[in-house]
Amino acid sequence: MKSKLLRSAAAIAVMTSVGVGFSNAAQAEDLTLCWAAWDPANALVELSKDFEAQSGHTMNFEFVPWPNFADRMLNELNSGGKLCDLMIGDSQWIGGSAENGHYVKLNDFFDKEGITMDDFIPATVTGYSEWPKGTPNYWALPAFGDVVGWTYRKDWFERPEIQAEFKAEYGRNLGVPETLEELKDIATFFQGREIDGKKVYGAAIYTERGSEGITMGVTNALYNYGFKYENPDKPYDLEGFVNSEAAIKGLEFYKELYDCCTPPGSSDAYMSANIDAYKSGQVAMQMNFAFIWPGVEADPNTGGGKSGYFANPAGPGGQFAQLGGQGISVVAYSEKQDAALEYIKWFAQPKVQQDWWKAGGYSALSAVVEDPGFASSQPYAQTFLDSMAIVQDFWAEPSYASLLLPMQSRVHNYVVAGQGTAKEALDGLVKDWDEVFEDEGKK
Amino acid sequence: MSRKVIDHAAQATPPAVAHRIRGLSDRAIAWIFVAPTIVLLLAINVFPLIWTVWLSFTNYRVNRPNKEVEFIGLRNYERILTDSDTWLTMQATAHFLVWTIVLQVLIGFSLAYSINKKFKGNDLWTTIIVLPMMLSPAVVGNFWTFLYQPQIGLFNYVIAFITGVDPSSFSMIGEVSLAPWAIVIVDTWMWTPFVMLICLAGLRSIPDSIYEAAECDRASKWRQFWTITIPMVLPFLMLAVLFRGIENFKMFDLVVQLTGGGPGSVTELTSINLKREAFEKWRTGFASAYAVILFVTVFGLASIYVKALNRVKAR
Repeated sequence: MKSKLLRSAAAIAVMTSVGVGFSNAAQAEDLTLCWAAWDPANALVELSKDFEAQSGHTMNFEFVPWPNFADRMLNELNSGGKLCDLMIGDSQWIGGSAENGHYVKLNDFFDKEGITMDDFIPATVTGYSEWPKGTPNYWALPAFGDVVGWTYRKDWFERPEIQAEFKAEYGRNLGVPETLEELKDIATFFQGREIDGKKVYGAAIYTERGSEGITMGVTNALYNYGFKYENPDKPYDLEGFVNSEAAIKGLEFYKELYDCCTPPGSSDAYMSANIDAYKSGQVAMQMNFAFIWPGVEADPNTGGGKSGYFANPAGPGGQFAQLGGQGISVVAYSEKQDAALEYIKWFAQPKVQQDWWKAGGYSALSAVVEDPGFASSQPYAQTFLDSMAIVQDFWAEPSYASLLLPMQSRVHNYVVAGQGTAKEALDGLVKDWDEVFEDEGKK
Repeated sequence: MSRKVIDHAAQATPPAVAHRIRGLSDRAIAWIFVAPTIVLLLAINVFPLIWTVWLSFTNYRVNRPNKEVEFIGLRNYERILTDSDTWLTMQATAHFLVWTIVLQVLIGFSLAYSINKKFKGNDLWTTIIVLPMMLSPAVVGNFWTFLYQPQIGLFNYVIAFITGVDPSSFSMIGEVSLAPWAIVIVDTWMWTPFVMLICLAGLRSIPDSIYEAAECDRASKWRQFWTITIPMVLPFLMLAVLFRGIENFKMFDLVVQLTGGGPGSVTELTSINLKREAFEKWRTGFASAYAVILFVTVFGLASIYVKALNRVKAR
């Protein structure tokens, strides 16, 4: 009986291994790509059909809505999960994912395949691929360039009666704001105004509390007033940089903008809330990542010349904009790393990058964005280029989540809840961040 | 029939096994039956608890598998108990807990008292009243964020209709003074039916003969209420308070959906704070200490309460 069982088991094992052998010979894999659930992801699904046809691999997609994206995917990575073979992870994850071994280092692969980071927009390479920052250690291929910018109702701005009223009130023409102060003036001007029989408001800005929203918004004011993450000469030295006088003024500006010029009930608004406010004709301007711009153009209420785009206006400390966007990485726990690398090789091709831009994805390949026809290819293309030239990013440290959460809490407490002063909020933030870096042994 | 089955099973049992079982004492057989449950409880309850206590004395982070784990004594506990933000979340939790329980007990008991009277459509009303508690908290949270929307929300319009204020002049979930009440209102809307059902069970367990005897003694309705109804329903009410207290101490989903802990941190309850420490900051050791403190608090309070409940029942 025993020997019969053994013989059967051996036969099954042989048959299974033969079967596996055949499937390996065909080299067709089922790959899963993980990303956020948003418009560019749908464009990537369409684009990837070309990869499927060329390689014989099948692409599956796991898309998670933005508010849960970091939670869900970082859980997946931290638990060594095998759900994702490819991950288009947020730029701030790069430090943690590199140091904790979640991503495959791509230097050798890039060298072998002749992919060079010199071909990509430098800010995206630093933001999405490098860890440690400023070193040639690459953990991702820049996949989707993104940046916070502004959309405005060009059709409202161009109305003669509105222009005349604005000029009478502010003594200058109504147009794209050059500075943050001008932006606030315009937002104040539109707040509560009646347009086409409907009450409208000044601006939709980021105020979301739960994930990263208010941080991604407030930094656009902080950077431009002179906020610095650390002493440029002494890493992790925060006192006097995070809570400098200039940074305090930047935070106060953001609160003033929230108080004066946002629609009622904007206490927890992020990307989709701002899109809704803008498309429904509720606001004259909206702060949002550039990924929404193709959608604005496609919408009959806001597209077709009704909307204009501009980069985050300058402040007293310079002109910067919050970097968004992501790089594409191979997950170290994947058992299909070769096929996943094939996908990255395919995605890095100039032709595919060109198609990616046409499909609504923001290519980070220099050849695409430096093409003479690029700036005029879409109404927002020039603004995208202008914005990508002034980007700054949040901490990309392995402890980025521990740094993000106190910022969310401190800033929301001051800006939305109106508790304490800007100085108290930033002093508190220095204390929280110091504690994180002490825990990390970096201070 | 069953006798036949047992006989058949006995005959089918191999003699060696039967002998071995025959040789066991009743106590040993009892252990054999209980052992799987005990092993399961040890594995999924006791072991994680002990492991959590151990982790609470370390700087362990689950997302840093390569980092050396250090024993840091009571440092996590000291940090938590001296952190003013922790006490703010405790205050927010206490506010939520006290007001939801007070409102749910008052409204739940009143509803049960009304429903307990025989009238036409009694069953239909009971069904309608219990509907909210059958919904998912995530759905309720989402649904109420629309009701609370200042520009289109029905809640704001109703308040505006009653008070005459502009509906878009206040935001229930966006203002520091209103948000803690916004979550109390939603939880009360959802869970009052649960308290009502428990109270109804209590009211229906009171024999009619007691009221008849009181009528014979010419006791007024008011006196009957205070000397018969309340004392006899009290154990049920206390049970409802215990259930709701434990549930609301660990409230998470409904509040996250409604306010995300904001504005600022005014509705950041302890469970939300704990989740952020454990699964967003990944400070596993710190979060374990936090969990231990919460466990001791809930366990201590619940033990005192259960003793009081037993005393009331004994009366």
